[in-house]
Amino acid sequence: MFSLDLFLNALAAGVLLGGFYAAVSLGIAVSFGLLDIANLAHPVFVMFGAYLVYTMNSRFGMDPILAGVLFTPLFFVLGALLYQLYYASFERKGAESLRGLVFFFGILFIVEVGLLLQFGVDYRLVEARYIGESLHLGPVGLPFRLLIPCVAGVSLTALLYLFLSRTFYGRAIQGVAQDAFALRLMGANPFKVKRLAFALASATASVAGALLIMIGPVEPAMNREYIGRAFAVTVLGGMGSIGGTLVAALMLGVAESLTATFYGPAWGVAVSFGVLLLALAVRPSGLFGR
Amino acid sequence: MSQRAFLAVAALVVVAGFLVSRVLTNQYYYFAAYVILQYVVLATAWNILGGYTGYVNFGTPAFFALGAYTSVVLIKMMNAPLGLQLVGGAAVAGLLGLGIGYLTLRLRGVFFSIATLALAVVLQTLFVNWEYTGGARGLSLIRPATAPLFGHYVQFLFEVMLILALFAVGVAAWIEHSWIGRGLAAIRDNEEAAECMGVPTLRLKLVATTVSGALMGLAGAPFPYFVTFVEPGSVFDLNYAVNSLAMPMIGGSTTWVGPIIGAVLLGTAQQVATVTISSALNLLIVGVILVAFVILAPEGIVGLIQRLARRREGDVRLAHGKAT
Repeated sequence: MFSLDLFLNALAAGVLLGGFYAAVSLGIAVSFGLLDIANLAHPVFVMFGAYLVYTMNSRFGMDPILAGVLFTPLFFVLGALLYQLYYASFERKGAESLRGLVFFFGILFIVEVGLLLQFGVDYRLVEARYIGESLHLGPVGLPFRLLIPCVAGVSLTALLYLFLSRTFYGRAIQGVAQDAFALRLMGANPFKVKRLAFALASATASVAGALLIMIGPVEPAMNREYIGRAFAVTVLGGMGSIGGTLVAALMLGVAESLTATFYGPAWGVAVSFGVLLLALAVRPSGLFGR
Repeated sequence: MSQRAFLAVAALVVVAGFLVSRVLTNQYYYFAAYVILQYVVLATAWNILGGYTGYVNFGTPAFFALGAYTSVVLIKMMNAPLGLQLVGGAAVAGLLGLGIGYLTLRLRGVFFSIATLALAVVLQTLFVNWEYTGGARGLSLIRPATAPLFGHYVQFLFEVMLILALFAVGVAAWIEHSWIGRGLAAIRDNEEAAECMGVPTLRLKLVATTVSGALMGLAGAPFPYFVTFVEPGSVFDLNYAVNSLAMPMIGGSTTWVGPIIGAVLLGTAQQVATVTISSALNLLIVGVILVAFVILAPEGIVGLIQRLARRREGDVRLAHGKAT
């Protein structure tokens, strides 16, 4: 059963998958890791992004990634509005975060059922010239439908990393994560900084959605699998460390791909949640915890 | 309500349920009532951990499904009677609850909730891959066609679920008014402070998670006979997670009355919506109502009524003050 070729191929597929998981997890890494807002609805927004890309692709034949990038402003605004609602209803009143969690759970449910009503339970997929092809390196095949999402995901991660560490606003976001009160003393408004960060996190969902539907067909209930993956990656990556998120995403991708190859694809999903449960139980501060 | 009064009311309800089942012949009503009563059990069970203790559990489907699958195994292994299925389902789900309780040692707040969500998915994967219980395809079961005294078996299941609902409510009400309930409320308000005051927090949390889990398993145990076909997708449905937390939130999560109000209102509304509109749209309604309540009326309907009553009392007092 075990062969080197199979192993190498599974490993490569895992690394590629990991790059894509990073793109999905970025939103959670920022909203949950940095802002302490458990945005359970992020994966369903990724789903929403995927369906918007699907619509553009099937109606106008638009390139999926281009469509994903085009919709980022919409998701930015949606994120800002969602944070505004969250802030006004929960954060400002100092209400316990648990009610916020229920709020996001409700949003998740509404968006998921909305997608279900609009698009049904059928699997949807996008078409582009390059999706069927693959790149061959010796015995290892790198299909473009995985390679492009991986490159795009890693690029998105790098962009966000540069933004957070190099720009004024990025540093303000890291500042609000460390000490919102001190930020206020510096004359900045934590609410506006957090809203910007949340909106950015939400904007990544549009691109991640484009990558998701490129990798394989989607259906509305799929977002639940990604809740586990994204939170596992965020916790393992050390709650908001962008570099850690990438490393954790790659590890999870490899673990899932190896499990799927050698034990069957049905077990793939259990890996992420198993990793999450283990990480939470044994080392909640993650591998790269602050 | 005193214990004796509660038992009297419960006995009356059970007898009334039995008498109704002699008169009413349309099977649909029993199906609908069964589902609503099942939600009463689930909402009440959820509330023991979520409402009294403040630990939000997204894993209701895991416990419910464990109860259902325990019944499936018992039926397949030895054709066990319903009573044994109930005991088995509750016991296995209660054990899982105990495990979850130990998880709270490390995980508080948001992390606990995410872990319960993860638990449901891991368990679902296990059952998808377990061929004995039908795997992903599911398994058909043959239930007895009739039950003595009741005629059609669904009428009997309705009566069983009625008794289970009363039992669950009774347990919740007892916990709420005993020292356990006060301890749980202390944990909800401030766990560290409670621990410092000598409240045995771990032991109480273990009681809460075990009882809550066992009651959810109890709700799931008759499910195989009710639907006669069990597959992972239907018993691990996210609807159970949403409904079992939406119902107490809407009814009011600090008293045992809240989950009943929420379950009856929301459950009935969903049954009506499923018949008249569509089953997807009624889920949308649940989501919207949940979000609206969580934002606008976090204390639920019971909280709203209490607030109104307090205001009226205040008005009366004010009026008296002016008079004298």
